[in-house]
Amino acid sequence: MSTTTVAHDEVHHDHPSGIMRWLTTTNHKDIGTMYLTFSLVMFLVGGAMVLGIRAELFQPGLQLMNPDFYNQLIGVHALIMIFAALMPAATGFANWMIPLQIGAPDMALPRLNNWGFWLLPPSAILLTLPFTLALFGIGDGAIATGWTFYPPLSVQGGIGVDFAIFAVHLLGVSSVMGSINIIVTLFNMRAPGMTLMKMPMFAWGWLITAFLLVATIPVLAGAVTMLLTDRHFGTHFFDAAGGGDPIMFQHLFWFFGHPEVYILLLPVWGFIPQILQTFSRKPMYGYKAQVYSLWAIGALAVVVWAHHFFTAGMPVPALLYFMYSTMAISLPLAVLFFCWIKTMWKGSMTFETPMLFAVGWIILFGIGGLTGLVLADVAADAQYHNSYFVVAHFHYTLFAGGIMGIMAGVYYWLPKMTGNMYDETLGKWHFWLTAISFNLTFIPQFFVGLAGMPRRIPDYALQFAEFNMISTIAAFALGLSQLLFVYVIIKCVKGGKKATDKVWEGAEGLEWTLPSPPPYHSFTEQPVIK
Amino acid sequence: MVRGIDVHYMEPVDNTDSLKPKTKAELESANAKLAKKMVWVAAGSLLFAFALVPLYDVLCSITGLNGKTNNEASTLTKAKVDTSRNVTVQFTSAVMPGLGWNFYPKQASITLHPGKIETVLFEAKNITGQVVVGQAIPSVTPGIASVYLKKVECFCFVNQSLKPGETKVMPLRFFIDPALPKDVSEMTLSYSFFEATKK
Amino acid sequence: MQVFKKIGLGFAAMLASLNAFADYSWNFPEPVTPMALDTLHVHNKFMLITMVIFVVVLAIMIYSIFAHRKNKGYKAVEDKAPSTAVEIFWVLVPFVILLLIDFVIMGIPAYHSVVMMEDTRDKATMVIKVTGSQWRWQYEYLDGEAQGIKFVSNLTTTADEQHNVAEKKENYLLEVDNHLVLPVGEKVRILMTASDVLHNWWVPQFGSSRVAVPGFIRETWVQVDKAGTYRGQCKELCGKGHGYMPVVVDAVPMEEYKVWVAAKKAEIAKAGEIKEMTKDDLVAQGKGVYEKNCAVCHQVNGAGLPPAFPAMTGSKIALGPIFGADGKYLKDSHLDRLLNGKGVMPAWKATLNDTEIAAVITYERQALGNAATVDPIVQPAQVKAARQ
Repeated sequence: MSTTTVAHDEVHHDHPSGIMRWLTTTNHKDIGTMYLTFSLVMFLVGGAMVLGIRAELFQPGLQLMNPDFYNQLIGVHALIMIFAALMPAATGFANWMIPLQIGAPDMALPRLNNWGFWLLPPSAILLTLPFTLALFGIGDGAIATGWTFYPPLSVQGGIGVDFAIFAVHLLGVSSVMGSINIIVTLFNMRAPGMTLMKMPMFAWGWLITAFLLVATIPVLAGAVTMLLTDRHFGTHFFDAAGGGDPIMFQHLFWFFGHPEVYILLLPVWGFIPQILQTFSRKPMYGYKAQVYSLWAIGALAVVVWAHHFFTAGMPVPALLYFMYSTMAISLPLAVLFFCWIKTMWKGSMTFETPMLFAVGWIILFGIGGLTGLVLADVAADAQYHNSYFVVAHFHYTLFAGGIMGIMAGVYYWLPKMTGNMYDETLGKWHFWLTAISFNLTFIPQFFVGLAGMPRRIPDYALQFAEFNMISTIAAFALGLSQLLFVYVIIKCVKGGKKATDKVWEGAEGLEWTLPSPPPYHSFTEQPVIK
Repeated sequence: MVRGIDVHYMEPVDNTDSLKPKTKAELESANAKLAKKMVWVAAGSLLFAFALVPLYDVLCSITGLNGKTNNEASTLTKAKVDTSRNVTVQFTSAVMPGLGWNFYPKQASITLHPGKIETVLFEAKNITGQVVVGQAIPSVTPGIASVYLKKVECFCFVNQSLKPGETKVMPLRFFIDPALPKDVSEMTLSYSFFEATKK
Repeated sequence: MQVFKKIGLGFAAMLASLNAFADYSWNFPEPVTPMALDTLHVHNKFMLITMVIFVVVLAIMIYSIFAHRKNKGYKAVEDKAPSTAVEIFWVLVPFVILLLIDFVIMGIPAYHSVVMMEDTRDKATMVIKVTGSQWRWQYEYLDGEAQGIKFVSNLTTTADEQHNVAEKKENYLLEVDNHLVLPVGEKVRILMTASDVLHNWWVPQFGSSRVAVPGFIRETWVQVDKAGTYRGQCKELCGKGHGYMPVVVDAVPMEEYKVWVAAKKAEIAKAGEIKEMTKDDLVAQGKGVYEKNCAVCHQVNGAGLPPAFPAMTGSKIALGPIFGADGKYLKDSHLDRLLNGKGVMPAWKATLNDTEIAAVITYERQALGNAATVDPIVQPAQVKAARQ
């Protein structure tokens, strides 16, 4: 195996500088950096909101806010974390790393790429603006329906709902643009000789994510558009009075919403095996099995949606179908878990921060996956549904499985992106603080959920007090630990020990053949893979 | 050796020639072509979202997914009464906010043989000083039973208009399809009356 | 050391979860219906299975983390490209194990639970209709001797308790004025609907919950096998009062239930009696009705929460005329709004009696900073006439 010419850039430095560089850039690394920065900022904004929520839940009684404001916080927290923190982080990595990993000079559609990013800040503003407007007496605040927009509550809601609908439209357009770009890049821009079945796993994860996005985001856009017309133009899509059905919205929403879970996770399932193989110094196990499993999960993702609302009432055959198809997702996931662990098995492992995050990720995401399997059971779901058990479950999948995975990626690629090593000691501190406080935040939530505490309530019965107090204290520890993360990143961007081209002893892949940081234009001459 | 992208467990395929770098123009046109295709896919799924609205209704009428009954008159083709079974049908009603009516079923429930046409009565009274138009929305539980509850004649097929103070006794003629699954021994038919006055 | 921490954490979590099987406060509350009992068994079984999977996988990982370290001099094995058949065999092992667990070990009991949950074959002794509205539950007994009983169930936890002014009582946020009363040991069908947005009627010890959808009817069933008072909450986000509409059910022996039915019927008949009342009497009674039913949106002081919930003080409706020249009530008048509702405002004609409606209207017109001169008071007899 060999790469031939890897040409390093020396000529094209005619791009503008200052703010114009960022506004007009079509460079995949600049855009990737913007996505990642935006994601980090929004992660802190969404985190600040949830600290407000946890502070209110510290003890029974209403301390800090009224119930309506509480409802606004929970919905906007979720929308921001999903659409403005997790998804842009994955897209940021895609922009940075896919061209490097497949030996391409840039993304296929650079201008589209720029537009895709610049739609994000306005939509983040649309989401949060109603908070500010309410301070000036305009409207009654942000969307207070939770992130799920369920009518008739969302039809009843104030202007916050309209703002959120438009924000979702913009975010959707942005995601679809980003996805199209990734699909085209992956199909047309691979280095000569790199067949699809030789692509790095991260590229595979993203390819399936991109297809899911293109197929399902428009369904969400359609659903919220119907909501908008129901609100303002007298249609009755979700209103029983005119022959509509509020539950139909739940079908439409989760037809998008369940694949969305895998949209958030598939890119992570892509680069975690790469991290595992790097620090195990051993090639990933079962490449083909992993690729097929990713496809299987992508396919199953669009046929299991109704398990999100078993308690809405369905005929028995429908309940059984959605239960068994949901359980079936555990089959390809079992294969993936097996391959990840087998990659570590009999490797020569070291535990730098990315590896710590990756191993911790396997364990914590495992808890999320296993509780998901239990949630598939229709009868017990009557108890779990909309209780704190579900809240804990999806934070194990989305915070541990999503965000902690992204953090593994940040530590793994940060030296490549900046040319400097991050502070290893602080990185390890960040991991341990995050992992411990995360568990202390959410394990108590499993218990209060089982004991019968519903989610989305601003105040609760006295029997839930102790666990909520633990959860709140741990949540603040978790939140503060993330400031350390920000510090580590800033410190690394500013300077530090110079990173080598390969960075990690066991690193394999085209991105590690370029200098750290890589030149402005990645591969001006494509490497050839045999 | 580039291990990360080398798939160990596959035979190396030498297809270098087929993937030779294209010229810039060729690549750009290929990219634009594929991007356009993907835009069509996205547009298709947007269309699909709206197509799901009628599809959902069809699905519901076949499976009873949401308990809606068929809003068209049915005719009893085979007058075959299944005297071996008794099915209890309960009636209940709701008047939604904004509609100034009293509305209730004249009988709480009836027990009937599948296949036999029965008539039940509902009474509505307009207690406002205006002409008010209402629309009744039927719903059946368990959902699966909605497929087998067939209406011959129903006040819910059209809007109902009541003059101020007017009382109207409204009939519902229906039968239970003998194909009703054996698991269902009782069902509930609910009518929610919504205001439908043109503003 | 770090590895030890990780292991410690994993085991602590595990032991804590295992502890759950011994002590209900860490798990589902004590089940009192067949469905809840079945749910608890299924849940415990599935939790145990997933816990075993988790521990086994974790143990393998931990062994590997210890044994296959570079700083212990462990050299990575040179993975010789195994034949495809071997690879397929290995990856199929977890696949087959999960296949067995999903569709046999877990799948079969789960199937039986679903069939039990959706049982419509066995006839129920009685039927109750539960209507969710913002933010209270309404109950109606549809058949049997209790037929015709209907009432609203309002939260009784005071605002002072919620705002930490007064000490919180034992059943903080879980106490209502009118409990739903059910006989022990009888199968009760519960029909579910809503008047405004989605709600979800949930009592954890019953193991059943179902979404209430406006315009649609859904059902579930309960058979409470143990006498007692059971508490639950709405669990579908339904607006700002979502955390404030608890469900409280008293399960009592049949004889006691019959006594309750008779007493409730007498109470309703007595409350329905019409008599001429003075303004002061109406205002005094209206204050209670207002604070129980209206203050959650329009606020105790009548300031409302605009724009969704308009203020009472200075309201055009509360000061404007009610009756036209013909003696009939006007459209969009104070009485019309109370009886029939509009949009977010519920219709009260089904849940408040004539005296209560007359009293609360008079209260709203003559208190809360209002002093209506046109139609200053409303008599119960006028309400009775209006709703016929």
